[in-house]
Amino acid sequence: MDVFVQQLINGLTLGAIYGLIAIGYTMVFGIIGMVNFAHGDVFMVSTFIALIGFLILTTWLGIASVPLALIVVLLVTMPLTALWGWAIERVAYRPLRGSFRLAPLISAIGVSIFLSNFVQVAQGARNKPTPPMLNGGFTLFERDGYAVTLSYKQCLIMAVTVILLAGFWYLVQRTAFGRAQRACEQDRRMAALLGIDVDRTISLTFVLGAALAAVAGVLYLLYYGVVSFSDGFVPGVKAFTAAVLGGIGSLPGAVLGGLIIGLIETFWSAYFSIEYKDVAAFSILAIVLIFMPSGILGRAEVEKV
Amino acid sequence: MTGLTGPREAVLSVEHLSMRFGGLLAVDDLSFEVFRGDITALIGPNGAGKTTVFNCITGFYKPTEGRLTLAHADGARHLLERLPNHAVNRRARVARTFQNIRLFSGMTVLENLLVAQHAPLMRASGFTVLGLLGLGGYRAAERAAIERARLWLERIGLTARADDPAGDLPYGAQRRLEIARAMCTEPVLLCLDEPAAGLNPRESAELTELLRRIRDDGTSVLLIEHDMSVVMEISDHVVVLDYGVKIADGTPGAVRADPRVVAAYLGVEDEEVEAVEAEVGLVLPNAEAGA
Amino acid sequence: MAGTRRDGTVRGSDLAEVLRDAGLYALVTLGLCIPIVSYRTDLSQTSALDLTPRWGLVAGLCAAIFCVRVAQRLILMRRDARRALTPSPRQATEAVDATPNAGQRIPSLALPLFLGAAVALPLVAALASGGLGPARYWIDLGILILTYVMLGWGLNIVVGLAGLLDLGYVAFYAVGAYTYALLATTFGLSFWLCLPLAGLAAGLWGILLGFPVLRLRGDYLAIVTLAFGEIIRLVLINWVDLTGGSAGISSIPRATFFGIPFTAGPNGFAATFGLSFDAMHRNVFLYYLILALALVTNGVTLRLRRLPIGRAWEALREDEIACRSLGINTTTTKLTAFALGAMFGGFAGSFFAVRQGFISPESFNFLESAIILAIVVLGGMGSQIGVAIAAVAMVGGPELLRNLGFLKAVFGEGFDPNEYRLLLFGLAMVAMMVWRPRGLISVRMPSVALKERRAVSGALVREGHG
Repeated sequence: MDVFVQQLINGLTLGAIYGLIAIGYTMVFGIIGMVNFAHGDVFMVSTFIALIGFLILTTWLGIASVPLALIVVLLVTMPLTALWGWAIERVAYRPLRGSFRLAPLISAIGVSIFLSNFVQVAQGARNKPTPPMLNGGFTLFERDGYAVTLSYKQCLIMAVTVILLAGFWYLVQRTAFGRAQRACEQDRRMAALLGIDVDRTISLTFVLGAALAAVAGVLYLLYYGVVSFSDGFVPGVKAFTAAVLGGIGSLPGAVLGGLIIGLIETFWSAYFSIEYKDVAAFSILAIVLIFMPSGILGRAEVEKV
Repeated sequence: MTGLTGPREAVLSVEHLSMRFGGLLAVDDLSFEVFRGDITALIGPNGAGKTTVFNCITGFYKPTEGRLTLAHADGARHLLERLPNHAVNRRARVARTFQNIRLFSGMTVLENLLVAQHAPLMRASGFTVLGLLGLGGYRAAERAAIERARLWLERIGLTARADDPAGDLPYGAQRRLEIARAMCTEPVLLCLDEPAAGLNPRESAELTELLRRIRDDGTSVLLIEHDMSVVMEISDHVVVLDYGVKIADGTPGAVRADPRVVAAYLGVEDEEVEAVEAEVGLVLPNAEAGA
Repeated sequence: MAGTRRDGTVRGSDLAEVLRDAGLYALVTLGLCIPIVSYRTDLSQTSALDLTPRWGLVAGLCAAIFCVRVAQRLILMRRDARRALTPSPRQATEAVDATPNAGQRIPSLALPLFLGAAVALPLVAALASGGLGPARYWIDLGILILTYVMLGWGLNIVVGLAGLLDLGYVAFYAVGAYTYALLATTFGLSFWLCLPLAGLAAGLWGILLGFPVLRLRGDYLAIVTLAFGEIIRLVLINWVDLTGGSAGISSIPRATFFGIPFTAGPNGFAATFGLSFDAMHRNVFLYYLILALALVTNGVTLRLRRLPIGRAWEALREDEIACRSLGINTTTTKLTAFALGAMFGGFAGSFFAVRQGFISPESFNFLESAIILAIVVLGGMGSQIGVAIAAVAMVGGPELLRNLGFLKAVFGEGFDPNEYRLLLFGLAMVAMMVWRPRGLISVRMPSVALKERRAVSGALVREGHG
């Protein structure tokens, strides 16, 4: 029971991070119907931006307060990563709009390969550890020497996720951009005819997706304390699984899917085998795509004849 | 009451067909028959459920309820709703065309017609194994298949374009090619989804001629059509749907005079009724149709 | 095009616009470089991270992007000015123009020329570099390229003909390699017996993995096949008892000349045929072996295209629904494509194992799948010769990087052009999609003709939805 509660907390934390990444997948798929394969690597880039930002703030500028540094890093990483999202869409996807269907996917794979190798060349292949930050936490209860704790990090991750998701939800549901975005999802051509700047809306979708991935990146760095150039692929796949599981195109679905994937991963590692952790992730992806491609909150598609 | 004469044998019997999509009942307890050697038209206003019926008959949808029986001349009977999609064509021998033309546009006209003869060619090539080794009678079978294709190309007047990509053909020719392709599967029943849509009057006339010929050669035809002049001209039998329910069934003349049909089609303002009545050449003594 | 005149000259105001645009590009580059390029993190003695500022490098990158963009704009302006006489206004939502031009057709002489070059390569290389030993680099490169040609042709059946996007093709390559390695090391079976078995095993896996994914289309199919590929790789890593885990399987028996080993002894290849022993004999043999395997793949594929199954594959790529309406069993049709593609992957895999003598899961990662897929797509989906050309470009191209050692003089001693291999590969994939999304050879030759076989423009050929 104690282990269970602890894993529940850990899983939800991890799930929050996956959910944030998954939103990027789900929004892009919703609006242009492509799997943005490079999104996981955009997330990886953001972890590096955050890492370097932290180092500058703490070692050079001597900011001792970790929460303050964290906020600054978050505010800097989001626009810088968003710029990556914008530039990628502009260079690698926009020229292919309306091209044959596989072209954007292949282009995205190219971007993914480019990004991970770019970071490898620029920052070296070795893992980059950070000094531990925000140690400690609340002990919820203790029994037979096993303490169930909720660390400060976990509190922070959940708080940041909830606040940002609320803001994001407002943006998509209540603003002109959100309306334009949803209109483009329904029918891009019609939206264009009604005077919506489709290109701009798509650009903004990528920017937002990347910004949320950047939040995930900062939190990931905080949680694990180590990053590597190859960290984009597997979290990317897991977040994509989350997006599909929740019902691709659905924002609440992405978050829900993220939480479920996070929970499955932690419980699998705790109760089964840690070696087969990634096998489990890929298997879930395959099973979900095969047996419930419309996900939990997605709409089922009727084949048009 | 239908006014049809002679012994009639049904090639297709639709019994109590219902199709539900979520909360929408697209087809509601529909029963009708398609008689052998007839051109039967399935008509109705937009959204009446005609294409849904077609998709049930041709195996693309599994009906929520109902039975679809196809009878061959030799007495073999096939329950269409139980067959897998492709077997509706291969075993029950029902062929179809699509409302939005579905040709293999990057393949040539001839290739389109050969793909339609997949099953016999596959057998002739020993399910690829013999064909790969160059054994068996595949060459002869392919020559025969090309001959059949050539025959249909002549009938639809596309012999000269046999080696052009299907996607390059003008619209009317694509419609004819789709029909020829369906006929290359040697169907017992040919289902056409709005074959005259987008055709000019001359092409319409050619289509009518083609369909008559297909019927006279022994294939029964079921078609969905909006162009009333085509329907009235070539149909032997008309079934009218409205909101998924059958509202009339009979000869073109009988259906045309049915007040419920007129109401379904035109059941709006009296002036509009008259305007459209004039258009379809329907003259009724009283304006009772509007009721 | 605004800002250009019909005679193709560039006005001053245009130039200012170009410079402003290029300036914007440089500015974005600057933004992207912060802080990934501008500060390098390195582990220090105390295992904390040190930061090294590299603003000079950032400035260099921005300047480079600026110059490239200016050059690109000027070239495009000239071209647009020329094209302005026959304008074709297209919006972003319109399909990309893919009408084939002369360069996308294959001259009739190209095929024999290509084949001749492939057959003569070892001889030419030996003559040019003065002996088999010095020619080793070229022959090995030839083997590598031909392996990818074969893989490309195998995958072409699945992706190019049947239109099923498979991102996990390398799994079948792995199945083939491990089948041979395990059979040869455990039971001591010979390569020639294992080769068909490896192909069969891979084909069986193709059916096994193909079956559940048949209902999926497009990107979903791609991702599921990717997942399968990764699962197989992860199982190979973790199932240590069978596969040796990450350490892989070593001392796999080497290829023999139909039973005669390539050794210096009296029963060796050289002695049997009265030649003086040369370790390169084996490599030459391997070269012709993979050439033969690749040609068999090609021959079978070309033949299949003219059989009903091949036509059904292409029809499936064009329109699956129409296929079903014509009585084609799409399930078995897709499965045969999967199985045959996988089988050729398996053959290539067992060749890989016999050539290397050592295999490990690292050789079968996702990147390999991406490379093979890129070869098929760059070649022009469905075009056999296009795939071969693309394999030469994609596999041979990066090899050129090895010869760029002189760049060290420019960028300093620490510069290793090889590090940039994959980075450039990723860029090339993007550039290729933007520049020519339908591949090098985008025309399709009909499989049968009544009178005259004429190429079909790639613009009409659909790429499949699954």
